[in-house]
Amino acid sequence: MVAVQIEYFAVLREHVGRAREDLTTAATTVGQLYAELDQRYAFPEVGRVKVAVNDEFRDWTAPLKDGDFVVFIPPVAGG
Amino acid sequence: MSHFAFSREAFAPEDFRALVADPVAGGYASFEGWVRNHNAGRGVVRLEYEGYAALGIKEGNRVVAEAFARFPIARAHCVHRLGVLDIGDLAVWVGVTAAHRDAAFAACRYIIDEVKSRVPIWKKEHYAEGDSGWINCEVRPADAPAGSAPP
Repeated sequence: MVAVQIEYFAVLREHVGRAREDLTTAATTVGQLYAELDQRYAFPEVGRVKVAVNDEFRDWTAPLKDGDFVVFIPPVAGG
Repeated sequence: MSHFAFSREAFAPEDFRALVADPVAGGYASFEGWVRNHNAGRGVVRLEYEGYAALGIKEGNRVVAEAFARFPIARAHCVHRLGVLDIGDLAVWVGVTAAHRDAAFAACRYIIDEVKSRVPIWKKEHYAEGDSGWINCEVRPADAPAGSAPP
């Protein structure tokens, strides 16, 4: 099990109802973590979601380590 | 030094224009993105921008670094607003200087296009009818390409 912190933005923040949460999980990759949270929250269908770990973009297969800070990134719309 | 910043307060291009001044520059190209009163056939009354600042500043700086690698420019800078914006407000500014105008125009275009598509910024439109929506995140089932969801 690893302890991680998750921050939600925009459409995901509103859906989950909070910006941050601390979680202890058996997930070993960020993809598994997303699947676990999707089970709990039933995330809305928003298209292609990316993921960042410790403020850098990562693949969904990236390993999850104790203390990681994870952000799921729904489609962006700057400008 | 950082070439990309977020601003939670309203700003004017003049506040940042000096950052791209350079004695070698013979031209200055800029882009201003403004909040418009309509999108996709609907009346828009205001916008909210939300940003993931720590990663956004890194990715914004990577975009500007790419512009320096691709075009012979002197200086470049980009500032993006966060928070609640009204119609006509300045949402994003890009300023680029170069010895010659072609590089300044091309780099300015490159920076705004890449910032819009890559930097983690989200835009919520508030409509005249009172409802609202996160742009690019409202997917109807038919819109979702197969295999686009995370594992």
